[in-house]
Amino acid sequence: MKAFTQHKGVAAPMDRANVDTDLIIPKQFLKSIKRTGFGPNLFDELRYLDEGQPGQDCSNRPINPDFPLNHPRYQGASVLLARKNFGCGSSREHAPWALDDHGFRAVIAPSFADIFFNNCFKNGLLPIVLEEEIVEQLFQEMYAEEGYELVIDLEQQLVVKPNGETIAFEVDTFRKHCLLNGLDDIGLTLEDADDIRAYEAKRRDEAPWLFDAVK
Amino acid sequence: MGQQDNKKQTLYDKLWEDHLVKSRDDGTALIYIDRHLIHEVTSPQAFEGLRLAGRKPWRTDSVVATPDHNVPSDAAERAGGIAGIQDEVSRIQVQTLDENCKDFGIVEFGINDPGQGIVHVIGPETGATLPGMTVVCGDSHTSTHGALGALAHGIGTSEVEHVMATQCLIQKKMKNMLVRVDGELGPGVTAKDVVLAIIGKIGTAGGTGYAIEFGGEVIRGLSMEGRMTVCNMAIEGGARAGMVAVDQVTLDYVKDKPYAPKGDQWDMAVANWSRLHSDDGAHFDAIVELRGEEIEPQVSWGTSPEMVAPISALVPDPAAENDATRKAGIERALEYMGLTAGQKITDINLDRVFIGSCTNSRIEDLRAAAAVAKGHKKAESVKQVLVVPGSQSVKAQAEKEGLDQVFLEAGFEWREPSCSMCLAMNADKLGPGEHCASTSNRNFEGRQGYGGRTHLVSPSMAAAAAIAGHFVDVREMQKEAV
Repeated sequence: MKAFTQHKGVAAPMDRANVDTDLIIPKQFLKSIKRTGFGPNLFDELRYLDEGQPGQDCSNRPINPDFPLNHPRYQGASVLLARKNFGCGSSREHAPWALDDHGFRAVIAPSFADIFFNNCFKNGLLPIVLEEEIVEQLFQEMYAEEGYELVIDLEQQLVVKPNGETIAFEVDTFRKHCLLNGLDDIGLTLEDADDIRAYEAKRRDEAPWLFDAVK
Repeated sequence: MGQQDNKKQTLYDKLWEDHLVKSRDDGTALIYIDRHLIHEVTSPQAFEGLRLAGRKPWRTDSVVATPDHNVPSDAAERAGGIAGIQDEVSRIQVQTLDENCKDFGIVEFGINDPGQGIVHVIGPETGATLPGMTVVCGDSHTSTHGALGALAHGIGTSEVEHVMATQCLIQKKMKNMLVRVDGELGPGVTAKDVVLAIIGKIGTAGGTGYAIEFGGEVIRGLSMEGRMTVCNMAIEGGARAGMVAVDQVTLDYVKDKPYAPKGDQWDMAVANWSRLHSDDGAHFDAIVELRGEEIEPQVSWGTSPEMVAPISALVPDPAAENDATRKAGIERALEYMGLTAGQKITDINLDRVFIGSCTNSRIEDLRAAAAVAKGHKKAESVKQVLVVPGSQSVKAQAEKEGLDQVFLEAGFEWREPSCSMCLAMNADKLGPGEHCASTSNRNFEGRQGYGGRTHLVSPSMAAAAAIAGHFVDVREMQKEAV
């Protein structure tokens, strides 16, 4: 996994509550057996005026001029400002893959759905929870100032606004450690292989039926 | 298992403690996973990851695979097996699951195997998922298996790989929520109406960060299949896991399932499972209460499962909403759904009807739909009524009972087991602007097809809508029938 230490980037809006993972990446793109290439289909039903198909060249599709991410001022944006319950719905990791592939490194929202939130950390994408009023303020400042850039400092757990003002955020110790160092958590878990085997041995005695194979 | 007598635990606390391999200093824990269900959509990248890192699955016998999302429901297309899948991208994905299972030695119920079905239907019906287990799957509706008194939840693909490689998940303990539904349900009101009413009350993020235990007289009075419908939609209320305590209904259901413990092991298991309930006085961080007799048949009118109303209600007016975000949400939903504020729910006309999905494709669901459809014909204005059984086993049972004939005589289509129009990854989908009465779980924009408009309902309400051509109170039809 790629590391996340500090990032500076233009903020872009996804200005509605309860953005679900079907909206982030529609189902037809889930047929891919790869982890990459989802970026052009991020928010597909909002970005384009036609129905997207897997494997299609998106460069010639009709663009929805009303969708903010299509506006020139948000091109190259890498910090997504969102509303509450972002990422609700299905467990598809294709949602963070699509955000990452499109170039987003962080998503700021008042709240996230649990599975999406967890999936982000596995892909070097940092979800940041801030109070609703603070997120609202960031939205207002972003709308008021073209090229509104935020610095995200994971080590210090700070969002730094263009005027230098800082906003602190919380992040789990373990997730922070993995992100800062780009660590593969499977490798970390396997360091505890002896504990896992010991648990299994005990459990096999207590509940042997759990170890019967399905044939 | 090492609890102290003075410790009052919730069902979730017990399941967590039973599976705790190790608590780490940083507040995370390693939780052991007993059963890992996989399907074709969220597993290929996990297998690829294992190959790239040169890792093997920790315990292949804990994994059960089946293709469900992409497989065709059309009998003719289905008869050709994997090679017969016309959509090339879908075919490759189903083929890839097949190859990965062979390569890694994982049991797979293949596309036309008698054990195939929607992963959340075949788990409980075969006994592959059991009380007291931890169950995961790269699918958010894994919460279904919580109905057995299991800790079951969806995971992303990175975690699918993690569980295959280590048999564990790195987790933080969730908070405990009790949703208690007391009283009794009126005639014609089903488990689906109960869970939609719960989501309407707590909202789509109400359960975020919680494991929900569903309890109370109404939940206790539901069949296992009804409890599965309720737990299935816990995620629509924001909770990764939903669960119901083990009772005699659970034991009667599990006994003699093909993979359930037998003989001495059954007795040992029953003794172990008898503790799988919340202790009196256990602490819940949140408690939500509903009364069964206040729940009417429900219909969703918007683009989030919380946007739901009783059949007797009107489509809400955004002008009456004070919260700006909610107001904007209602306005956008009404525009997308092509509905008018103040319109009667019963005035919504349907283009298609879908009876199926991991929420409502079990035998009792099909019986309920057939009981309403029997002796009627679908409305002329309804283009298609799809009935898609949840598994090969459900299909066979329904055919044995003649339900397929009831549906066919009513002008409904009888299909092959698959996820089908719940998420439109196979050929079954809505056209732009079409309204669908659907027994599935999500009414998100575009979920059932580009521009499609989904209304979530129970199987009997869906069948009633198919006959009337618009939503009706199924209780009125049931009264007439008597």
